[in-house]
Amino acid sequence: MTVTEFIVSRLNYWIYIILMMIGLFAMISKKNLIKKLIGMSIFQTAIILFYVSLGVKEGSNIPILEHSVSHAAEHGEIIRAEDYANPLPHVLMLTAIVVGVATLGVGLAIVQKIHKEFGTIEEPEILAKIESGDG
Amino acid sequence: MADQYPAIILLAPLFAAIAVSLLGGRWGSVCLPIVLAALGLSLAVSVALLGQVAAGGEVVYKLGGWPRPFGIEFRIDPLNALLLIVVTTVSLLTAIYSIRAATTETPDKLPQFYTLFLLLVTGLLGMTLTGDAFNLYVLVEVASLTSYALIAMHSKRAVLASFNYVIMGTMGASFYLLGVGYLYIKTGSLNMVDIGEILRGSGLYGSKTILVALMLILVGLWIKMAFFPLHGWLPNAYAYAPSSTSCVLAPLVTKVTVYVMVRMMMTVFGPEYIFSFLEWSPIVVWMAVIAIVAGSIMALAQINLKKMLTYLIVAEVGYMVGGVWMANETAFVGAFYHVVSDAFMTLCLFLAAGAIIFQTGKHTIPEMEGLFRKMPWTMVGFTIAGLSMIGVPPTCGFFSKWYLISGAMEAGHWGYVVALLFSSLINAILFFRIFEVAYFPKFDPQEESAEEETTGRAGEPPATMLGPLLITAACLLLIGIFNQEIVTLIRQAVNTFGPIGFIG
Amino acid sequence: MKTLGAIAVIITGALLLYASEDFPSWGDPHSPANQYRVSSHYVQNSFGETSVPNMVTAILADYRGYDTLFETVVIFTAGIAIIAILRGPIDKRVRLRLASERKMRETNLILAQTSRILVPVIQLFALYVIAHGHHSPGGGFQGGVIFGASLILLALSFQLQTALDRVSEKKAVTLAAIGILIYAGIGFVCLLAGGNFLDYSALQVLMPVGAIEARSHGILGVEIGVAFTVAAIMFAIYANLSSHGRMKGGL
Repeated sequence: MTVTEFIVSRLNYWIYIILMMIGLFAMISKKNLIKKLIGMSIFQTAIILFYVSLGVKEGSNIPILEHSVSHAAEHGEIIRAEDYANPLPHVLMLTAIVVGVATLGVGLAIVQKIHKEFGTIEEPEILAKIESGDG
Repeated sequence: MADQYPAIILLAPLFAAIAVSLLGGRWGSVCLPIVLAALGLSLAVSVALLGQVAAGGEVVYKLGGWPRPFGIEFRIDPLNALLLIVVTTVSLLTAIYSIRAATTETPDKLPQFYTLFLLLVTGLLGMTLTGDAFNLYVLVEVASLTSYALIAMHSKRAVLASFNYVIMGTMGASFYLLGVGYLYIKTGSLNMVDIGEILRGSGLYGSKTILVALMLILVGLWIKMAFFPLHGWLPNAYAYAPSSTSCVLAPLVTKVTVYVMVRMMMTVFGPEYIFSFLEWSPIVVWMAVIAIVAGSIMALAQINLKKMLTYLIVAEVGYMVGGVWMANETAFVGAFYHVVSDAFMTLCLFLAAGAIIFQTGKHTIPEMEGLFRKMPWTMVGFTIAGLSMIGVPPTCGFFSKWYLISGAMEAGHWGYVVALLFSSLINAILFFRIFEVAYFPKFDPQEESAEEETTGRAGEPPATMLGPLLITAACLLLIGIFNQEIVTLIRQAVNTFGPIGFIG
Repeated sequence: MKTLGAIAVIITGALLLYASEDFPSWGDPHSPANQYRVSSHYVQNSFGETSVPNMVTAILADYRGYDTLFETVVIFTAGIAIIAILRGPIDKRVRLRLASERKMRETNLILAQTSRILVPVIQLFALYVIAHGHHSPGGGFQGGVIFGASLILLALSFQLQTALDRVSEKKAVTLAAIGILIYAGIGFVCLLAGGNFLDYSALQVLMPVGAIEARSHGILGVEIGVAFTVAAIMFAIYANLSSHGRMKGGL
């Protein structure tokens, strides 16, 4: 295996790990609540990248049968599994994307309410306001 | 119809949630009857299902009629049949309690409150029922999203707590999802039983991917169940949530997640892999010991009643995780018996705390003077729950600690025994401090009478709050008295985990 | 917090790198995930068992239809949650400011006319995407999002109120609940017809078609339910977030 082949065969896994680390760091370390949510979004997207890249098959087509193929299949022709990308990760990620959108939406609504209640979305300032008895 | 029971348990609250959101806006008064009817139906069917499982063994329900690895299935063994009854009972009691509590705390959002409440119950029931690793993630998110919203609906401080919960909860769920992806990349399956068979059959025990998958799933679930030191989100979220919300969240979410961990360990990875191949049992039990001690000490430092109770939850999670990871049957039985009894103990404590706050408006322990005189029945419920937390027979808390300690002795893990006794001691200090404060009236009688005038409401809470509290307290005694029956059921489930497994 | 975050991130990254050493190469058709009987069964038999050429749709709405039901419930939950979180009493000052804002805002002529033409086309396309999910990329989620986007375009180019006049928030929530009712209702009818929950083949007793065709029709039915929920909730979320839950003013 040459160096290029080695890098190409692993590239997606590395990129998802890097994205995930960025997201996780933002979620833990950022003080701004919106930045935390952005980190959360990056984190979830990294997982989506991971799942989608494990469904790839070299030289395969999208998992939708063409009319000619489905006709042939009706008459007993066998569909070869190697010809189509693995459909299951796509299905799973459709679900994960929807869940991600829903969580992000709820998170944004909560941040809006925090802004309404405390007048800021910087975590230290909010904590200071609570300490001083404003909470 | 009997073979459709698993679906009905889940569908009753789901359809009720739709009905509430469709009708609640126009006719607010229909919300509550729908909620109670749906949860009652769910409870009745759960009891019937437990009977089925106890008599005929594991029940498998194929959704969409697809066979095992292709479709999604429910798998019901005595463990989750028992947990289904716990979830439906606790939510039914909380629903009755919420008649007054919710109308006072969130009066303008009642239809939304009940819709989210029912969806939360649906999510928890689904988590308990499912036999599919990915489907579990979806249901975890249903339960989490509803909890975020239910917490954030309330006061100013609760909103910030809810935000932290969103961040931590999403982190946990995402770690879990990634772990499932790692299992999928190595096995190609998502069905829990099927993954377990592949792991055993094809020599994947040495795989690094499977090892990391186990770590990711465990960390994800530990965040969700608030296992020390990943508990950061829990105390504030539960303490500042409206009481009808915390009464359903606090007893159920951590317990159902503990059950999910058991499912993952026993069905997916298998006791053989975790206990014999990796030998992680001592490490995790020591982590549990730290969790128990830390949770108890932090509880000791609180003066806010609800906040103290939330730290006790953190300690109790340590009990259960330690018991499950002790790797012998007695401790496992103790841990799962504790899942059942702790759900009711926590419910009882939160119901009592909610009733006290509702009536007096006081949040801290020193302000509880003379409560035994003002609200004797509420305090009876609170006392029974407190004694059960300490572990006084014949309450259920005694029996769960008994099994846990004997299991730990069998395994020779003295650190856990000491931690458990230490925590019982702390619980005794905590609760007797409250009993003392609440039993004796204030020193200066004049001051007290002046105060009573200012607080306005005094005396027992309304019957819809007191009723569930006393029923829960009775449940604590009943679970204790019928401990043999419950233990037999749990043992029946343990035997299905296979011949492998439990060392000792 | 910074150091704690850095430590957690480095540990996680190291673990993930450690595990990825064991992974099959990217695009390997013989990796366990691609070769195990689950994936190959879907590719080879989903058309024969459901008569839907789009495998993703077949798995999404049939083999894993229960997942998708709860995915729809997640969306619905998010909508209700956002309304529950943001709804609150509006104080007088805000109301006055909103009233004055509304007078000041004028709609841009070019924007208004363009979106007037675009919105029906987008909505027609959304219906096409929903209906054609069996044969091409698409289905309830995709079509529903496109439909919801058309309403959001209306709100952006005119005013939030213009869109709310067409679909009020109450109507949106009702539509979303109806969407789940369609989905879960179809599943429940299957249960009544003698199958398991969501076993669309049981619908053949109600339709003049065979078991496999019944599955195909069942899939179309639930996709429509999904589309209702997604379209309505997308708009409800936008309306709430853009107006801080006041349903007035907007962006």
